[in-house]
Amino acid sequence: MTTHSSSAAPVTRPAGRPFKRAFAGRVRWWTYAFLIASVFMSAFPLYWMFVVSTNDSAAVSQTPPTILPGGNFFALAEQVFTTVPFVQSLANSFIVAGSIAIAQMILSTLAGFAFAKLQFRGRDPLFIVVLITMMVPTQLAVIPLYMIMSNLDWIDSLQALIVPGMASAFGIFWMRQHLSTVLNNELMQAARIDGCSTWQIYWRIAFPLVRSAAFVLGLLAFVTAWNDFLWPLIVIQSPENYTVQLAIKALQRQYFVDYGLAMSGSFLATIPLLILFIFVGRKMVAGVMDGAFKG
Amino acid sequence: MVLSAPPRSSPARQRTKSAAPQPRRRIKSASRMDAFAPYMYIAPFFALFAVFGLFPTVFTFYVALFDWNPIGGQTFIGFENFVTLYGDERFWNAMRNTFSIWILSTVPQLLLALFLAQLLNNARLKFANLFRMTMLVPYITSVVATTIVFASLFGRDYGLINSFLNLFGIESIDFAANTFASHIMVSTMVLWRWFGYNTLIYLAALQAIPKDVYEAAAIDGAGGFKQFIFVTIPSLRPVIIFTVIVSTIGGLQIFTEPLLLSSPGLTGGAGRQFQTLSLFMYEQGFGDFKFGYGSAVGVTLFGLIVVFSVINYLLSRRITSDE
Repeated sequence: MTTHSSSAAPVTRPAGRPFKRAFAGRVRWWTYAFLIASVFMSAFPLYWMFVVSTNDSAAVSQTPPTILPGGNFFALAEQVFTTVPFVQSLANSFIVAGSIAIAQMILSTLAGFAFAKLQFRGRDPLFIVVLITMMVPTQLAVIPLYMIMSNLDWIDSLQALIVPGMASAFGIFWMRQHLSTVLNNELMQAARIDGCSTWQIYWRIAFPLVRSAAFVLGLLAFVTAWNDFLWPLIVIQSPENYTVQLAIKALQRQYFVDYGLAMSGSFLATIPLLILFIFVGRKMVAGVMDGAFKG
Repeated sequence: MVLSAPPRSSPARQRTKSAAPQPRRRIKSASRMDAFAPYMYIAPFFALFAVFGLFPTVFTFYVALFDWNPIGGQTFIGFENFVTLYGDERFWNAMRNTFSIWILSTVPQLLLALFLAQLLNNARLKFANLFRMTMLVPYITSVVATTIVFASLFGRDYGLINSFLNLFGIESIDFAANTFASHIMVSTMVLWRWFGYNTLIYLAALQAIPKDVYEAAAIDGAGGFKQFIFVTIPSLRPVIIFTVIVSTIGGLQIFTEPLLLSSPGLTGGAGRQFQTLSLFMYEQGFGDFKFGYGSAVGVTLFGLIVVFSVINYLLSRRITSDE
């Protein structure tokens, strides 16, 4: 990104001191050494998960243990599918995480659009309320939330997982930032003169402009919901309503010492996200970095 | 209720009235629906948050005042839950564990992230995207999967880490049994999941520092290390505060790792050596069905998070303004 300016730098820089080093200096060998070590650190536990889920327990519990994949993958996977309703769990997780992602994308762009571009009474104080709600650690209120679900008769149902996750203060904040930079007032006025209603401006102009930011928001929401554990653990009871995380826990409980089954389940539950990550990982990296700018 | 706008100041109202309001109003009222549209767009968030966020949070404070059993009914007992809680050795034990794990995971994690971000912040770096992407892989791995993998790696008998230590003649450590070792184990899991995320956040902030600031520092004779101390760190101040606050909020709520490590129990090890406050809350609320007592833990945690967020903020502001 700064390659152009840096290639010009040697001409103008004062003698000896490479003052643009922080941005485009010579990359030392130890930079790569540390970065490769960090890649190893990030990837090894996942690799180990794969190793254990492809070996029988004897191979993993010898000294020294094997660190190579074996041929036992399908045997263990089959055991996973017969011990817990794993396919059903995967489907449940897709339903829950998918619904939350879509709902967050829609609700956040709508509210973000209102806060960024519409004039209405109480707009600024209400937006401050949204920002404050971002700081509330709602995880600590699980006991009353459980009572609410009990009153709604939603215990042990997927909507108990979906509905509380649909609204996101962060999402509103995020979409508002994007909409206020992308959508200019001239465009809005032109649309108004052409007779567009507010809804049409949102749907035909605003949403298409921020589609990719909304997609990143949806991705982060999907990953968070897919990996959620405490709330499903509290509110879900019967195995047919398990999410994948609960299914893994069920595998672990029955075979605590033998990690093979739980590891196989963990690996199978992580694969969908890894596949997703191969396609959209760059977007997620950009999203995380973009969020930092605004946070 | 949330939608009712606060009363507008009267000068604003008079201004609209005096400036020939009638014709303009007419045109606008052609689409009266549009006047309500903004409220319709923000209503779903406020409705959902009111029911599933605000109400439970406020209600926690209320439930904490009761001896509340989901089956047996509830009796108002005032602050008795809090009095019992603050005299409960299990609570203080969970508090110590939580802080120990929080510090062991947050401090090395953020330092590592800062270091890696500094390495990544170089336009001539090759494979930059590959490095960034692999660092985010732990973030998409669930805490449940993370815990199971690391429990295996840290295993007493066949764990890879102990096998590695044995190579150097160090005897195997029973990580789960020893208090400090178990905190290292849990902290490693937290660190692994979040260091890449924080690296990317720091990297974004580093890239936002204008180049001429470094140029000016270089002209004044500041070398790489001085630039880092006097330019980089102060410029990163808001982001560092942000990450410290987020890590604090997350660190005080660590739950899944100790729960799975103590499975099928809820005590965080036989001697409660790695039970955190969140797990203690869960144990009281959903293990023993003491909703009131569990809520008292929740309220205390809530207070701690608020206090620490404020302290973090004030402290980091003072440190950097001193410079």
